[in-house]
Amino acid sequence: MTNGWVDIKNADVILVMGGNPAENHPCGFKWTVEAKRTRNAKLVVVDPRFTRTASVADVYAPIRPGTDIAFLNGLIRYALQTGRYHEEYVRIHTSGPYIVGDKYAFEDGLFSGFDPAQAEYDKSAWAYRADPKTKAYQVDPTMKHPRCTLQLLKKHVERYTPEMVERICGTPKDQFLKVAEVVTSTGNAQRVGTITYALGWTQHSVGVQMIRAAATLQLLLGNVGRPGGGVNAMRGHSNIQGSTDLAGVFDNLTGYLATPRGELTDLKTYLKAETPTTLNGAPWPTMNYWSNYPKFMVSLLKELYGDAATKENDWGYQWLAKVDGNYSWLYIYDDMYRGSSQRAGGTEPGPEGLLTFGFNPVGVGPNTSKIINALSKLKFLVVGDNYQIETATFWKAPKEYGGPDSSQIKTEVFQLPCSGFAETDGSFTNSARWLQWKWKALDPPGQAKTDQEVLARIFLAVRDLYRKEGGALPEQVLNVSWNYTDPVNPDLGEVLKEINGKAVTDLKDKDGKVIKRAGQQLDGFSQLQDDGSTSCGCWIHSGVYTEAGNNAARRGTQDPTGLGMHPDWAFSWPANRRILYNRASADAQGRPWDPTRPGIAWNGKLWVGDVPDILPNSPPGQYGAFIMNPEGVGRLFTPSLNDGPFAEHYEATEAAIENPLHPKVTSSPVTVRFHSNKDVYGTRDQFPVVCTTYRLTEMYHYWTHHTNELNQLQPGFFIEIPEELAREKGITNGSRARVTSARGSIEGVAMVTRRLRQLTIDGKRVWHIGFPLHWGYEGDPKHVGPLANFLTPSAMDPNTWTPEFKTFLVRLEKAS
Amino acid sequence: MTADGLEIRQSSASVWGSATELRNLKVVSKLIDTTTCIGCKACEVACQEWNDLHIVPTTQTGTYQTMPSLDANYWNLIKFREVEESGFFAWLLRKDGCMHCADPGCLKACPAPGAIVQYQNGIVDVNPEACIGCKMCETGCPFDIPRYSAKTDKMAKCTLCVDRVQVGLEPACVKACPTGCLEFGDKAELVAVAKARVEQLKQNGFTQAALYDPPGVGGTTVITVLAHGDHPEWYGLPKDPQVPVAVSLWKNVARPLAALAIAGSFFAMVAHYLSFGPKTPKEGAEKPKGDKPA
Amino acid sequence: MKRRMFLKGAAAAGAAVGIGFDMSRARAEMRQFKIARTTETRSICPYCAVACGVIIHTLGDKAKNVRPTVVHVEGDPDAPTNRGTLCPKGATLKYDIDNPNRILTPKVRRPGSDHWEEISWDEAVQGIARHIKSTRDRTFVAKNAKGQTVNRTPGLAVVGGCTDTNEFNFLQWKFISALGVAYRDSQARV
Repeated sequence: MTNGWVDIKNADVILVMGGNPAENHPCGFKWTVEAKRTRNAKLVVVDPRFTRTASVADVYAPIRPGTDIAFLNGLIRYALQTGRYHEEYVRIHTSGPYIVGDKYAFEDGLFSGFDPAQAEYDKSAWAYRADPKTKAYQVDPTMKHPRCTLQLLKKHVERYTPEMVERICGTPKDQFLKVAEVVTSTGNAQRVGTITYALGWTQHSVGVQMIRAAATLQLLLGNVGRPGGGVNAMRGHSNIQGSTDLAGVFDNLTGYLATPRGELTDLKTYLKAETPTTLNGAPWPTMNYWSNYPKFMVSLLKELYGDAATKENDWGYQWLAKVDGNYSWLYIYDDMYRGSSQRAGGTEPGPEGLLTFGFNPVGVGPNTSKIINALSKLKFLVVGDNYQIETATFWKAPKEYGGPDSSQIKTEVFQLPCSGFAETDGSFTNSARWLQWKWKALDPPGQAKTDQEVLARIFLAVRDLYRKEGGALPEQVLNVSWNYTDPVNPDLGEVLKEINGKAVTDLKDKDGKVIKRAGQQLDGFSQLQDDGSTSCGCWIHSGVYTEAGNNAARRGTQDPTGLGMHPDWAFSWPANRRILYNRASADAQGRPWDPTRPGIAWNGKLWVGDVPDILPNSPPGQYGAFIMNPEGVGRLFTPSLNDGPFAEHYEATEAAIENPLHPKVTSSPVTVRFHSNKDVYGTRDQFPVVCTTYRLTEMYHYWTHHTNELNQLQPGFFIEIPEELAREKGITNGSRARVTSARGSIEGVAMVTRRLRQLTIDGKRVWHIGFPLHWGYEGDPKHVGPLANFLTPSAMDPNTWTPEFKTFLVRLEKAS
Repeated sequence: MTADGLEIRQSSASVWGSATELRNLKVVSKLIDTTTCIGCKACEVACQEWNDLHIVPTTQTGTYQTMPSLDANYWNLIKFREVEESGFFAWLLRKDGCMHCADPGCLKACPAPGAIVQYQNGIVDVNPEACIGCKMCETGCPFDIPRYSAKTDKMAKCTLCVDRVQVGLEPACVKACPTGCLEFGDKAELVAVAKARVEQLKQNGFTQAALYDPPGVGGTTVITVLAHGDHPEWYGLPKDPQVPVAVSLWKNVARPLAALAIAGSFFAMVAHYLSFGPKTPKEGAEKPKGDKPA
Repeated sequence: MKRRMFLKGAAAAGAAVGIGFDMSRARAEMRQFKIARTTETRSICPYCAVACGVIIHTLGDKAKNVRPTVVHVEGDPDAPTNRGTLCPKGATLKYDIDNPNRILTPKVRRPGSDHWEEISWDEAVQGIARHIKSTRDRTFVAKNAKGQTVNRTPGLAVVGGCTDTNEFNFLQWKFISALGVAYRDSQARV
């Protein structure tokens, strides 16, 4: 989230799309209701299903799953055509005036720079036009230049007329126009609107571009950085934000530093490749905060390797594993299944051992059968959890999932009882980036141990083996710091201190005055150094545990601005800032666009209000509002994504129709398909029904089907089917129906409803159905159910490699 | 904290009134704003958890609704209804549960002394110690709320978490409610809140929005905001609920007579009459059973 | 006679004679307030990323001889986001903490077997450590096909859920770094 949950109460319009907060984030949704009650705010819901969020919406519009870009581009077009956008904001805070280089073009569904052989774009084709001498970007403050990003955007979305939106999305024109009118009512200084989304956007082969389109719309409307505005990802799990922040995914180290690649053979090369260059251009130069990259990276290495990290040995950079290519979710199981992988032109083994903590790959999917068969090839599997999850017992999965007989599975499986949330302290980072400390209430039951103790015991045992026996590059194992008072059961407060960072040697300011003694906790990331004098486990979290104590444990309830920022409650990264890009909440002179809802304001000497997202004493005009972008402004045109600088509508990998905009390029040209015998993809002639998956209020992922009080509320798997389709298929409410995709087939209770309707797409009748994903073969036998991801494909977004769970093709029939 | 409870306004099977009126206590209220209910069921299970009720076995039958109707172990139930009329479609969600009527039919119908009491703060409570499991309260309730438990041979229903209210806390359902569609407080204040909400709804195009606080039962402690106030039946609410005439008859006429009677056989006769008399039809109470939850 | 008993007797008598019995002098029987003396611990709901503040009520006063068991979980009214409210999942957290389906002992399923065997923590940890070491030593890639130093262990993969603490995540990243794991991903991706 750029903003936060409570901040939604400041909005005049809340657009919910690609999310269903009333069902999946009920306590966060209260602030939408609050805005409705106190500001008479309008809730606009665009969703394939009439959800519980839609049930309290002011405006609801149906949409075919996976076509959100067409809808959003339609909104952008509407805003630009009607002038209902915040022109002054666009001029000063976005790349609207920036002029794009001559190589950029878009034709027949393809952007320039496409390499059909590799199915990749050469992104240099999308560069801004730079001054040949100074390399500075060129801009046209009038935004009339035909090659400025605003004009190019206008041209790009020209095709997305309300009629085209109806043709692609199935949203009746009048309903689309109603949405457009309400949403664009915030395209000015007086009003502000927010967009909240979730996995309904991320889990598509065009997921990132959906979010990009939403961000573009919000920038045009002048809603980014303002209280009540923003582009707000409602994240799914309690610490999914923290997991992403702390190197949970293969391509990141902590704090979104890049995992080094094979060709970046030493630290200098790595830092040169990863640190963006500041290109000074009008209207404002940028802070380019990422220019501090070396400080973040060296401090991280210093934390990871402690005393072993020296300037001479590149702070231990060589011990970090380097990647060649993609090691993300789908590749893990693809390589595991095939037993090998192609890396840097050679062949390497695939995973032979897998450790998973608090995670259920068999349930999570996609393409369950492939995952179960991949796990069957492992030599060993370690599952740490509270419950017996499907992954731990994959070797006795029901036969319909197509796994081998257990006697044929050579995997040694360890099931380790771990702790629940109440049985350990530690912090979770919520969707609003708040690190909130929790306290331990009781011990884990039986022989169960805290996750950190289990992990520490395994680590220490491995380290002992390397100490005694040596082996492959023992330094990599032995040099990792593990300096806890109790190494077997690390104190999580000590770990949070490491994450915050400390002075390794005395830290002096530019006048030579000592500001931190060696060993003292740092105040924040602005104190980090690239000379080994500071260590820091995650630069964006720095400030969470200072000499003042554990700031994540703060419980001050004050709200001095009345805008729901609560600066003394826990700690919000970065720097306890509650609204990202808040410099954009004020105009060129530093005056809030709306004085009743100021983000920050310039008082002549300082920025006051929220923690400013700019140097606190830098006068208006010194720096652009988007300090993390080298161009210093919000991007209407995004040259860094893998699938194009503007969002374009493409059909899902399993396409329900031929793309009406460019039939030759129906699906995204850069999405990857896998090629094992388990990777089959359906076509619309065999599988004519569009299907999507989702979650329910009453259930949490694959976890709560172990809790019978919640099973009571949602006792089992069901399939939601539009009334008219059910009638055609002879399916009655409460009877059983079967859904089949190219990968599998599952059966469940039919829920026949008018909340899903037939859609008319490109003149043809298109049906869509859906089902929730919470069940599996473990848990109470009365509440087991099919694994929804048996049906979902190994398809993914080309930027995030997140699987396309939300749109695929199926066949529906009455179950016999 | 057992005995010095809340002041009693009236009690079942009591002849000459039972109000102590020792203390001046305000009437509490629970406001249900159906226009902001998201059907999340937090109220359902927060109630069940606080009151340590047993799990009710359920199966998926093609609805989001947890179970067909209330249960002795389930005192709050959100009713899910799809309503469609001439191009207008709504998914109406309303928490069903005891309304804590000012003029409680259950209390009037109850023959067991002290089994149903109304506190001075408006809460109507079943005292399991005194309940004899005769189900008479069912017949008196125009909202189809009290449920019989064969396991305990007692009736059960929402107590408005009287144990929490007594120590100054809100009921568990209200505390949990994520959107604040449930509110708890002084009735006069909540009626004002509800009326303001109704006005807002009217301005937003729901011209028939209304507050449901039916006079036929003397008003209710639980009051409900409806966007479609002209169609309470869309929400499973009776249009004009009344305490069944026969029950009033029993309470106000027959029972004082009974008090004078000596023979137990008279009670049997009255009981028989009650069992068959008031049960069908329930005047003014369109029983919501049989309509299709969705 | 205790008041309770008196009420019971009165009810029975009333039922028996079938006449109204004036209760006006008695007060109502009420349930004991069940969290009057519990220990309150502030925590955060482990489910979605709204991260509601919760208060866990455990039995006992933390004296040495008391085994704290959870009796109730309720929203933290101070928490700015949820202000005491909870969704149905949060409202049933008591049953997640005190759940009969929790696994309580380490177990192993041997290759080709069709059942679990209980093992000690020591056996489990040593067995896993041995697997990790032998897999790492066997599959370690010091240099890639282009001759660049990569120091990775393709034989090992580590994936993690997103309901564990930041501190665990950081420890896990140290663990991953120590083993040279490149195949690592989490719920955040999917």
